[in-house]
Amino acid sequence: MSASVELQDVCADFGSFRAVDNVSLSIEAGEFFSFLGPSGCGKTTILRMVSGFISPTAGTISIGGKDMRNQRPNQRPTALIFQNLALFPLMPIWENIAFGLEARGVDKKTRRKRAEELLALVDLPNAADKTVAQLSGGQKQRVAIARALAVEPSVMLLDEPLSALDLKLRQHMRAELRAIQKRTNVTFIYITHDQGEALAMSDRVAVMSHGKLQQVAPPREIYNQPATGFVAAFVGESNIFSGTLASRSGDRGEFQTESGVFKGRLGPDIGDGAKLYVRPEHVKLDAAAINGNTIPVEVTDIAFEGNFISIQTIDATGRTVVSETRNDGTASVPDRGTKLFASFDADKAFILADEAKNQPVAAA
Amino acid sequence: MTTKKSDFLFRLYLVIFLAYLLLPLIVMGGAAFNDSRFPSVFPWAGFTLNWFVELWNDARLINSFKNTILVALAVVLLSVPIGAAAAILINSIGGATRSILYGLMVAPILTPGAVIGISTLLFWNKLAVPLGLHLAVLGQVSYIAAFVMLLVLARLQSFDRSLEEAALDLGASHSMVLRRILLPHLYPALGAGAVIAFFQSIENFNITLFTRGPYDTLTVYVFSKVRSGITPTINALAVILIAVTLTGALVVELRRRRVQAKSA
Amino acid sequence: MNDLVHRYGTALTLLMCLAVAFWLVILVIVPNLYLFENSFRPYLPVQDMGGPKDVYTLKNYLTFFNSPIHITVFISTVLYSSIVTVICFVLAYPLAYYLSKKVSVKSLPAIFLLLTVPLWVSEIMRSFAWFIILSLRGPLNYLLINIEVIDKPIRWMTGFRSVIIGLVYTYVLFMLFPIYNAIQSLDTAQIEAADDLGAPWWRIHWRVILPHAKPGIASGSVMVFMLSAGSILVPTLLASTNSRWFTEIIQQWMFESLDWNTGAAYAFLLLILCTVFVTLVMRIFRVKLSDIAK
Ligand SMILES: Nc1ncnc2c1ncn2[C@@H]1O[C@H](COP(=O)(O)OP(=O)(O)OP(=O)(O)O)[C@@H](O)[C@H]1O
Ligand SMILES: [Mg+2]
Repeated sequence: MSASVELQDVCADFGSFRAVDNVSLSIEAGEFFSFLGPSGCGKTTILRMVSGFISPTAGTISIGGKDMRNQRPNQRPTALIFQNLALFPLMPIWENIAFGLEARGVDKKTRRKRAEELLALVDLPNAADKTVAQLSGGQKQRVAIARALAVEPSVMLLDEPLSALDLKLRQHMRAELRAIQKRTNVTFIYITHDQGEALAMSDRVAVMSHGKLQQVAPPREIYNQPATGFVAAFVGESNIFSGTLASRSGDRGEFQTESGVFKGRLGPDIGDGAKLYVRPEHVKLDAAAINGNTIPVEVTDIAFEGNFISIQTIDATGRTVVSETRNDGTASVPDRGTKLFASFDADKAFILADEAKNQPVAAA
Repeated sequence: MTTKKSDFLFRLYLVIFLAYLLLPLIVMGGAAFNDSRFPSVFPWAGFTLNWFVELWNDARLINSFKNTILVALAVVLLSVPIGAAAAILINSIGGATRSILYGLMVAPILTPGAVIGISTLLFWNKLAVPLGLHLAVLGQVSYIAAFVMLLVLARLQSFDRSLEEAALDLGASHSMVLRRILLPHLYPALGAGAVIAFFQSIENFNITLFTRGPYDTLTVYVFSKVRSGITPTINALAVILIAVTLTGALVVELRRRRVQAKSA
Repeated sequence: MNDLVHRYGTALTLLMCLAVAFWLVILVIVPNLYLFENSFRPYLPVQDMGGPKDVYTLKNYLTFFNSPIHITVFISTVLYSSIVTVICFVLAYPLAYYLSKKVSVKSLPAIFLLLTVPLWVSEIMRSFAWFIILSLRGPLNYLLINIEVIDKPIRWMTGFRSVIIGLVYTYVLFMLFPIYNAIQSLDTAQIEAADDLGAPWWRIHWRVILPHAKPGIASGSVMVFMLSAGSILVPTLLASTNSRWFTEIIQQWMFESLDWNTGAAYAFLLLILCTVFVTLVMRIFRVKLSDIAK
């Protein structure tokens, strides 16, 4: 029922513009896999290559171990859910859902029955004879999913399917999608620029920037051990210190910044341009200095965010350092102007290649 | 600017303009019922239906009417698919090729009918195809297809092309994409195109005049009658044609409104 | 192109291309090229065709340029078609403006239904209506005599007067609708803003509305001019012996002299005239072909 998907050295060019640059990864059968990245980084282009609407300029794509080079979209075991859903406006809902079956020559009675089963699966009974225009955004979403499921694809490709929905519905549909995926055990390839979505639903996430893969890992690893500066900056918040690598020993290094010398973990492939990243929740504020990775700061602003409290400070050089603490109801909050010491664990600080070095590459 | 006076003048102008458009038709229609050899409404010589009877007994007229309908149907059958294909083709290409093709396609609209008629006549004569209604059909299609193309092209602007991709992705064959996705979207334009093609063909005189050979269509026949000596039978024919087309137009319009009211 | 194959497959794409090729090549391009070619061949009896006398020649065009009468007819056709175009614009513009910016939306459908009635009546019937009205014993003279404006019937159908009347009546709607469409797309707020700034009405028209109506005016002018210059019905019905139209001379070559080659040359001159007019309009109004043919 589900199949693995393999991309090997895949590139996509539009004229002289390289939209996807040398992407290699393998997605396991039955996995919920997400592509995460800012607008225009090439996510849709990857999906369109997997579904067969465009051919890669270079590289190979295989599904279930089979090379897809000469397979047209209607021959691939994939079902794509379009960014704009692309429901057929002139057909009633049930014909929309049964369209794939109609294409396979299934008789009308069976089609109708199957459509109703699928409508029940996506929790939309009684919608069979409505028109697309009569449905709400979330309902259209579910019809699109039912329509894709009807052809029993081995791989479902979803292009930001929740972006048009409001926050509440989006959260509800997240859970729903995840449940449908578990129930059907189909490989899901999911595209989003919403990191919350990617981290919450996926087995693994690929972070992309300017057509390049930045990191492929389970959500926790993406967050806790970002591989590049881009990932650290794009996923979650980070305090970022510019500077130069002073010395290295093993996977640790000492990083020289204007604010002082910090110890941190070294990321892969560090050249000249590196920065040090540390998450606000790993920055502690104390009255007394602790040895190492400590700088004196002054509190400038406090933001109460509900489940956590964000404390803004500046150090002696004037740069902002943000610290966050969980709001367990008892946490003490310093006043504005208080002089404190900010410190962080060397294990929680990452020295990573600078994201500015991942500029778009013109195709050769 | 929106003074009462200017508004009154505009309204007066509208009334005069409508009178200018409609009065001649009314005069012509009235003459069909006037018992006078010369078609006119003044002086009124008494009401008669004789001219309609005379019309009915005119075998050439009935024949030319049949020819007209045949030609119009053939024109619809050819120009609608050609125009639709042209619109789909031009919609999927860009750049200089598109401009050139577009120019070629709309050129026949901007070409005088006499020129189209004569060039059609010369070309097919060279191929030893005799004159006749079939050439009238080909000549008319050459510019009527352009009207259909423009209508379909306008409709294509509102077509979401990802629907076709979605259909393909769900395993639809190419003909199914066309039949179930694209054509249903185009039906309104194709219908309008067919109606316009039909009436344009019935109306056509210039192209038909040069290509028809010995056969008559309605316009050509009326033309020859007008030249050979007018009688109010022509007015009677006009009354019938106007009545038929107006009823047709009214029916189409009413149905359109009903559909609109339903969907609103 | 590739895109088409992707969507509709090779067979359907090929079919569509064939349909379009049939239209453009067989129905449009080649016949026109053939017209062009034929206009440079002499008119010969059948047995001489392809013989030694069948050579390219400018004779057919020289016939035109050596005939003062034909040149005069050509020039009057251009002149009076232009006059018709201008009259149509003058008649149509105020109405187009009124309909698009002043009339309440509710009464529009009814007005449009009335306006389009003449379009459903064929051109020949419309010219015929004026033939009746303007004839010596026709209703217009009868009416004018009866209300004692004139004491003896006027011969209306003399000179180009009646032709102009007929052409304007037949084609004015081809000017009205494009201008209406163009003005309609103008944001009413722009007019109100200009009005607010105290601009006099003629300035608002000159600076705001007319420029916006340009594509419509261009489109209407091209259609009216082309249809007028190429009209056969109206001049034949409404012209007199002292007002001949260029299309009548083409007809003479084709049907009376049976000299198709000279006819082709004259038809080609008409085509050139219309092409020049379209090009001029596109230049003057700075519009694209796609604005004109919509
Ligand atoms: N048909 C095309 N022709 C030219 N450039 C294109 C084409 N399609 C996409 N691109 C370019 O390729 C890049 C990647 O596009 P893509 O649609 O894959 O982005 P995305 O990551 O899906 O963005 P979004 O989140 O906004 O949907 C963009 O810079 C876009 O401008
Ligand atoms: Mg996208």
